[in-house]
Amino acid sequence: MTDSAIVVDDVSKRFRLYHQRNQSIKAALMRGGRASYEEFWALRDVSFEVPVGSMFGIMGTNGSGKSTLLKCIAKILRPDAGRISSTGKLSALLELGSGFHPELSGRENVYLNGSILGLSKRQLDARFDEIVEFAGVEQFIDQPVKNYSSGMYVRLGFSVAINVDPDILLVDEVLAVGDAAFQDKCMEKFAEFRRAGKTVVVVSHAMGTMRTLCDRVAWLERGNLVEVGRPDELIDRYIDEGHSSRVDAEGGSQWGSGEAVLSSVAFIDATGQPITKVRTGDEATIRLTYDAHERIDKPVFGLAIETLEGVYVWASNTRDADYVPDCIESNGTVEFHIPRLMLLPGTFDISASIVDYSTTHVYDFRRHCYRFDVDHGTPRESGGLVSLGGEWQNLRSTENT
Amino acid sequence: MTAVTQLRGSRELLSNLTMREVRGKYKRTALGQLWSLINPLAMMLIYTAVFGQVLKIQVPPGHPSGLKVFALWLICALLPWNFLNSAISGGMGALVGNANLIKKTYFPREVLVAATVFSWDITLLTEMGVLALVLVAFGGMPLPWLPLVVVFIALLTLFALGLGLALSVANVYFRDTQHFVGILMQLWFYATPIVYPITYVHDKAQHLKARGWDIHLEFIYRLNPMERFTAVFRNLMYDNRWPTLGDSLYCVGAAVISVAVGYWLFMRFEGRMAEEL
Repeated sequence: MTDSAIVVDDVSKRFRLYHQRNQSIKAALMRGGRASYEEFWALRDVSFEVPVGSMFGIMGTNGSGKSTLLKCIAKILRPDAGRISSTGKLSALLELGSGFHPELSGRENVYLNGSILGLSKRQLDARFDEIVEFAGVEQFIDQPVKNYSSGMYVRLGFSVAINVDPDILLVDEVLAVGDAAFQDKCMEKFAEFRRAGKTVVVVSHAMGTMRTLCDRVAWLERGNLVEVGRPDELIDRYIDEGHSSRVDAEGGSQWGSGEAVLSSVAFIDATGQPITKVRTGDEATIRLTYDAHERIDKPVFGLAIETLEGVYVWASNTRDADYVPDCIESNGTVEFHIPRLMLLPGTFDISASIVDYSTTHVYDFRRHCYRFDVDHGTPRESGGLVSLGGEWQNLRSTENT
Repeated sequence: MTAVTQLRGSRELLSNLTMREVRGKYKRTALGQLWSLINPLAMMLIYTAVFGQVLKIQVPPGHPSGLKVFALWLICALLPWNFLNSAISGGMGALVGNANLIKKTYFPREVLVAATVFSWDITLLTEMGVLALVLVAFGGMPLPWLPLVVVFIALLTLFALGLGLALSVANVYFRDTQHFVGILMQLWFYATPIVYPITYVHDKAQHLKARGWDIHLEFIYRLNPMERFTAVFRNLMYDNRWPTLGDSLYCVGAAVISVAVGYWLFMRFEGRMAEEL
């Protein structure tokens, strides 16, 4: 058994949901000093150990207690029961640049933020150039940070936090910051971290990243620990199991006048079974099942795909595709067939709709009603959202032309 | 003792946060740090006009300095009071104002309150320095007393820090605190002999006594620690003499009790702070 960097021992955290918050003295006095609140257990008897030098992932749906757990480990929140012990210096990347003072310059903020994270002036002097270079803000370092673009702001925050050189790094969903080049730098930094035998705990929704980065993952569900284990098997189960509850319970939102509704939206395989995992380059079909309560003339079906971060990747509707039926009257299905799915690995959400021919009246709109993962397939391209399916060619020297 | 070790551990953070407060205070103003001198100067002129000229409040001449300038007499007490006022209201808001920081990073939270209080110390020290020079120009001799002034500024700082710590957590749970304290500070200002000399209170007490109202007015009045601090600062700066032993001990006691109680309260309620903010 290897040593543990973090031991979470039977931790529970309770939040108070105030019905009427006693934020005024008058209210407190009138209720005899007792605020009325309900208890809500954000974490319930969670125990696990994070081995030294591992990359540990925490996954779970929204509201499952992931961030609360991370904040407890970071000592920002105090658990109501149980104990968390950690060995070594701890740095948390919960929100980048949160300690920046907008009126101060980048330089002053680096020193300020660094000291909040526990670096001394001497250590900061030594690392200053590296921090600034990593963030790529050399030119603007003496400008007040309020003039920074949000990207620069976040990059500088990340750069300071990562250069604190902690033994344990806690990361909350910040892998998605910055442009691709910066993300690559971050990944490199994480890898460097692991080589140096440091421990990283990461909370993320990006299953693709979790799968490739983590050695072990913990799965939280409504504050309870479901399982701790190897990422490949656990993530597959998580996605399979998560899909049904995701679609129903918290799959997003639905609205519309309701004359016709979409009773289901799903990726289906050749046999018509719903699937949540496809590979780049696979043939795929999205099936919409509708239920019309009355006759609807010229309905338009629409589909859209977004990434988890909300980047709008693709959309299509039957009007633009010139595939509009004269009318629908009862139940039925319509399919969108994709000969080769040109999405690169990642997790995506589908939104679907039925609208009238003018596209101004919405019968039913289901936002983020289906979530699916794309895995590596062919073509295998390095990064981004879509595959262009191109190929490298025509390498020749231009020296002697 | 742990408090002291912890504070030492975050000394660097404390000084950085203090400088953030100092620098942030007058950022993007044309006059910058000069405002910290203009503000008390303006207050001094207003109070001198109202209390010195219109109401004709008579103040005893400085002994042994021989100074007899209402404006200078006033400002020797006004500067420490301004410090206390700013440090308390600033320290009180330090947690709520830095909610973002508290919710996202871990560090000893009391540093935030201390940094705000200490940032006003920088202002006070500058102001007192300038005041000392002005007093010299008017014929006073406060320079030998400056080391003692610094000691009492330190005591006043502890006094303010204790109140700031206690009020800052109170403000997290009850946001009314800041408004309530705003009024109390006004009351406290006039209950302290800043714009009028304590002899007025003495006279009033005698007056009441003569009419058979023996309510120990002067004794009650002098329970106010700020009355003692005011007396001490006037002794040192305006009169240029030793403060009385009683006043000095009272100041030490007030500072120690305030900081001990404030820190204890702060630690007691600190645990759930991040979720209450």
